[in-house]
Amino acid sequence: MLWGALLYGVVNSVTLALVALGFNLTFGISGIANFSYGAMYVLAGYGTWMMLQRLGLPLLAAIPAMVLATALLGALLYRIVLVRVRGMVISEVIATFGIGLAILELFRYLGFIGFQYTLPVFADGSLQVGPLYLDLQRVFILIVGGSLTGFLWFFTRYTRTGLAFRGIAQDEYTALCLGIDSDKVATLSLSFGGGLCALAAVVILPIGTISVDAGYDVLLEALAVCIVGGLGSALGMVIASFVLGMAQSVTSLYMGSHWMMIVNLLAILLILGIRPSGLMGKQKELEERI
Amino acid sequence: MRSRGSGCTGMNKSRTRKERVDRGVKARSEDVFALSSWREILYLLAPRLLPVLVLFLLALVLPVYWKKVLVSSAIFGILAMSWDFLVCAGLVSLGQALFFGVGAYLAGTFHHLWGWPWWLTLPLASLLGGGICTLLLAPVLRLRGIYFSMVTLVLPLMLVRIIEATKALGGTEGLSGIQGFPGLGVELVLSVGMFLAALFGYRRILGTDYGLVMQGIRDNDRSVISSGINAHWFRAQALFLAGCMGALAGAFMTHAYMFVGMPVFALDYSILPITAAVVGGMGSIAGPALGAFILVPLSEALRALGALRIVFYGVFLVIFIVGLPEGLFHYLKRKYHQFERWTAVES
Repeated sequence: MLWGALLYGVVNSVTLALVALGFNLTFGISGIANFSYGAMYVLAGYGTWMMLQRLGLPLLAAIPAMVLATALLGALLYRIVLVRVRGMVISEVIATFGIGLAILELFRYLGFIGFQYTLPVFADGSLQVGPLYLDLQRVFILIVGGSLTGFLWFFTRYTRTGLAFRGIAQDEYTALCLGIDSDKVATLSLSFGGGLCALAAVVILPIGTISVDAGYDVLLEALAVCIVGGLGSALGMVIASFVLGMAQSVTSLYMGSHWMMIVNLLAILLILGIRPSGLMGKQKELEERI
Repeated sequence: MRSRGSGCTGMNKSRTRKERVDRGVKARSEDVFALSSWREILYLLAPRLLPVLVLFLLALVLPVYWKKVLVSSAIFGILAMSWDFLVCAGLVSLGQALFFGVGAYLAGTFHHLWGWPWWLTLPLASLLGGGICTLLLAPVLRLRGIYFSMVTLVLPLMLVRIIEATKALGGTEGLSGIQGFPGLGVELVLSVGMFLAALFGYRRILGTDYGLVMQGIRDNDRSVISSGINAHWFRAQALFLAGCMGALAGAFMTHAYMFVGMPVFALDYSILPITAAVVGGMGSIAGPALGAFILVPLSEALRALGALRIVFYGVFLVIFIVGLPEGLFHYLKRKYHQFERWTAVES
């Protein structure tokens, strides 16, 4: 029982990290809290489903196509809407929230509710871990989550684009002086965020069904992980997702699954009340509270 | 300003720019000289009397169904105004449903447990609701900007889940059989009266020195603090004032629907005030009120579309925040006070 909780806690943690990856990247670089993140996640899920069922594409073609499409959507979101309200935090939040709301509720209106909306698993079967069995899709989540985190770590340290990302994140004006185009980087950061979001969706969604409400939950999960870890801090994100993931699976073991989401929300409240910059966030101490 | 180049005809000059000039009547009616003629007095009074007259006239002539719509517009207007009052103190809430829901549940519980009548639960739920919300948010009052917004986004969602998990307060079923109002007339007069009281009350508060401190906190909190004013105490008061009206709106809805349940914490009640404020114009109290009176009847007219209404809210939000960020009220106000003309730019 306890071993099961631990194992699923690890899977849960990696799922959380995977979900938060894109949100964290966008926020960390351009400072834009993309509140349409949950909608992108659900959009990627339904989009892949439609490519598979309606267009009859193979899974291997549908996934890259959807990831690219969502990345493009993120870039367009910045170029068309966000560039006009850049820097006004509240307007950014309201605009992205409005777009997310429109996308999610449109799906609800079109009737995308039910058990037939589910993505195929990559491979059937299960793996034996000690006395327990873990199905292969969850193994895939572990692999993808781990490798994406590693890839991002490598990317932001050893490539020119990644270094430009970090430059803008640290000091926008100085980065501008060094010839880094802040608008271009922000566009890229949103499209990276979108792409990562779609990737997370196609890996995680096969476990359950795709539902509109998942959009709001995913947004909250991403927010929880990013706030607890410190907005924009990569190491903090990993730590936070393990703290939250383990806490969630222990809660659901002892108190029932109703309380799982409450753990997230409680964590957000506690962290914001006590240490708003998060577990690992160092920057912007003065900007967040008086 | 005309956009770059569009006013430029060919290579040489004749550039024009738009100029805004105050109307003469505005200048004349700004001081005690307003009393010099009926025209100036009317210029000052018309924008204030117009909503009062229009609302009571509508309450008299509308058919029954649209009277109900008028009531819910007024209630949503109150909620939107309380949102805007918070914005005036520099607190942007993404979860106005918190205030609404706390008020609604308080009124419902009062009647459910002790059978108190509506004229007792309304004021009690309002005051107590304001107090509870202030206490709930007090620990995070120091947070600024988006961090405060996130807390307010999270709180109502959490309360819903707690009610769902503990099955307290009727759980998922909610409390039904709450006492209704004695008649549609009472409901109408009460809601419109509350709406107007909130509208003029909030605007009056913002006009005083007290309100000036609130707006100072919004514009630059640190300089307010360094002038020796306890900004946190002022923010707590703003929260209480806004919370009272939000809770009042919720309590009223409980009695109007004779039911209270988990939907009072739903996203709708957080989104609508924001949309109303964005459409109407933030920071003016009157703007969100105007926005609510546009949006609620509109969404009622679009009722056939069902869930598509929320899609429209989302699209509205984006269009207005990008296209007309100042909002309708500020736009109308500018047109009322100023006229515009094209003037040549010497180059």
